[in-house]
Amino acid sequence: MSHSTLRRKLAERSFIGLCIAAVALPLIILIVLMVDVGIDSIDRLNWSFLSSYPSRKAEEAGIRPGLVGSVYLIALTAAMALPIGVGAAVYLEEYAKRGWLANLIEINLANLAGVPSIIYGLLGLKLFVRTIGLGRGLLAGACTMALLILPIVILASREALRTVPLSIREGAYALGATRWQTVSQVVLPVAFPGILTGAILSVSRAIGEAAPLIVVGALAYIAFLPDGINSPFTVLPIQIFNWVSRPQREFLDNAAAGIVVLLVTMLLLNGLAIYLRNRLQKRRYW
Amino acid sequence: MPEASADSRQFRQEVTWSSQSCHRSMIDLRNKKEAGIVKNKTNLATGILSLAILVASVSCNKEESALVAIDGSSTVFPITEAVAEEFQKQYKAQVTIGISGSGGGFKKFCQDEIVISNASRPIKPSEVELCRENNVEYIELPVAYDGIAVVAHKQADWIDYITVEELKKLWAPEAQGEITRWNQIRSDWPDEEIHLFGPGVDSGTYDYFTQAIVGEEHSSRGDFTSSENDNVLVQGIASDVQALGFFGLAYYVENRDKLKIVPVDDGNEENGPEPVAPSLETVSNGTYQPLSRPLFIYVNKEATGRMVVQDFISFYFAEGRPLVMEVGYIPLSDQDYELVKQRFDKRIVGSVFGGQGSQVGVTVEELLRRQ
Repeated sequence: MSHSTLRRKLAERSFIGLCIAAVALPLIILIVLMVDVGIDSIDRLNWSFLSSYPSRKAEEAGIRPGLVGSVYLIALTAAMALPIGVGAAVYLEEYAKRGWLANLIEINLANLAGVPSIIYGLLGLKLFVRTIGLGRGLLAGACTMALLILPIVILASREALRTVPLSIREGAYALGATRWQTVSQVVLPVAFPGILTGAILSVSRAIGEAAPLIVVGALAYIAFLPDGINSPFTVLPIQIFNWVSRPQREFLDNAAAGIVVLLVTMLLLNGLAIYLRNRLQKRRYW
Repeated sequence: MPEASADSRQFRQEVTWSSQSCHRSMIDLRNKKEAGIVKNKTNLATGILSLAILVASVSCNKEESALVAIDGSSTVFPITEAVAEEFQKQYKAQVTIGISGSGGGFKKFCQDEIVISNASRPIKPSEVELCRENNVEYIELPVAYDGIAVVAHKQADWIDYITVEELKKLWAPEAQGEITRWNQIRSDWPDEEIHLFGPGVDSGTYDYFTQAIVGEEHSSRGDFTSSENDNVLVQGIASDVQALGFFGLAYYVENRDKLKIVPVDDGNEENGPEPVAPSLETVSNGTYQPLSRPLFIYVNKEATGRMVVQDFISFYFAEGRPLVMEVGYIPLSDQDYELVKQRFDKRIVGSVFGGQGSQVGVTVEELLRRQ
């Protein structure tokens, strides 16, 4: 083996090593965090924790309103943000003319995706709570969250639409399909798994947010469940935040248990989306 | 069609009701629909009617008067939470509590969006103005004391007490970058760096500390480690021998094994010649000065017409004392609770601070006698 081959092999080996390290590092950190949280929460994770309301006594306190509130909020948010976001992406990719307006929208979308969430909270407070008068209920919170994740949904959906080869569209046109038929029956089904990936990412962001919801009016203590879309509510991150900042040690264990519940909820939601994605992926057209 | 629009106008009138007649008008609407008084000639009319009922039911939920909406300081939150928890075991009520901070709470309170505001400081002039604009009259009720503890590392054996003067020298804006070693404050302290810890500058605790020590609210050196979460401060100080910091007394009490409390000497003979450490006793009898402060709730006067709000406040002062202690704060004396209750019963509005914000070194008893 010549000297230069050896060197190239060495370079490749070390690059592979670096890549493995890059994957391992976040995984190790994640595992350490999970184990730490898991140990702290082990005593508190039981059915009564899931089914009880908050309490000043840490051992009696539960996460029920937060859990139910989070699930409702995310369902409402997704129901609003996904159709609008995908619709906007389809328009921008398939219908809109390329030009300064499209560019302007594109730049703004990228910017909006990077705006801190608290700003969306303030916007939601002014727009949905005060101007439109939705009150400080679930609907106002979900509208705010929908705004928050909309740029991510649009950006991800556009990327997904772009991966559909032009030849597929041209094939559809060649068979005499109209633009709408092409988009709805050819392009969207093919892009759908990618769109779902974007939805997973954005919904995962929304479920972990506390700050914008505190501004909009989500509560820290509530001992009943939401009974309508305008009902007062709380979410898991707010409950966790509240417990983390309490002086009593036992509340920190509650917070750890709350984090586990939040993680599991998120995993279940994502699992559902991934399941859907995998099922749809099998129906590829080529 | 004219019929339909006349109907819809009538509904619109009917859906603007006072909260008491809310429930009844909904039933009226339903009955009319069933009895066929409203002629469902067009789909439009039915649609409008259904919409009216929907809107009515949504608004009714909001108006339902078992709701006691509370928001404000996260410092006062644990007390009100404890009271709400017990209250709801005995009364049919829905109490909700938010934590948007004293400032955020007053903002909502003065816009008549909530009925009680948790506050770790008295109302400020700008907030008084906002309340006046919106015709919101408020009753100011002290509910407990909070002591601000000055703490050091368990093994910092040189620090046995600190005077207010020394604290001022240490925390004043001029100290930034200048006072960086222990022996600059007192010469027999070690020639080592001092690491300062304090709550975030948006917190009421920081505001009160700066007012009491530096003499000007919200003014201090900026080169200290700050966190919105007092547990982070506890950990920081517990793991650094050169650390000195301050936060709410409850956080010291829960972490006695890791921290050392630093008694404070205010130089006032009336409070004893010796430096005073914060405790249940010294905070409530007013000798731990100047770092004891009262915590308040503000009640919307108009809302006290509602039975559930009245019951809640009465319950707060009847049952509050043990609850206050349980969540780590210092209760007023029984006598003071009686005075506060009288203040509520007489519906005395306004702030004894004259809307000027915090004052240092006053006890609730003095405040209540001031009216």
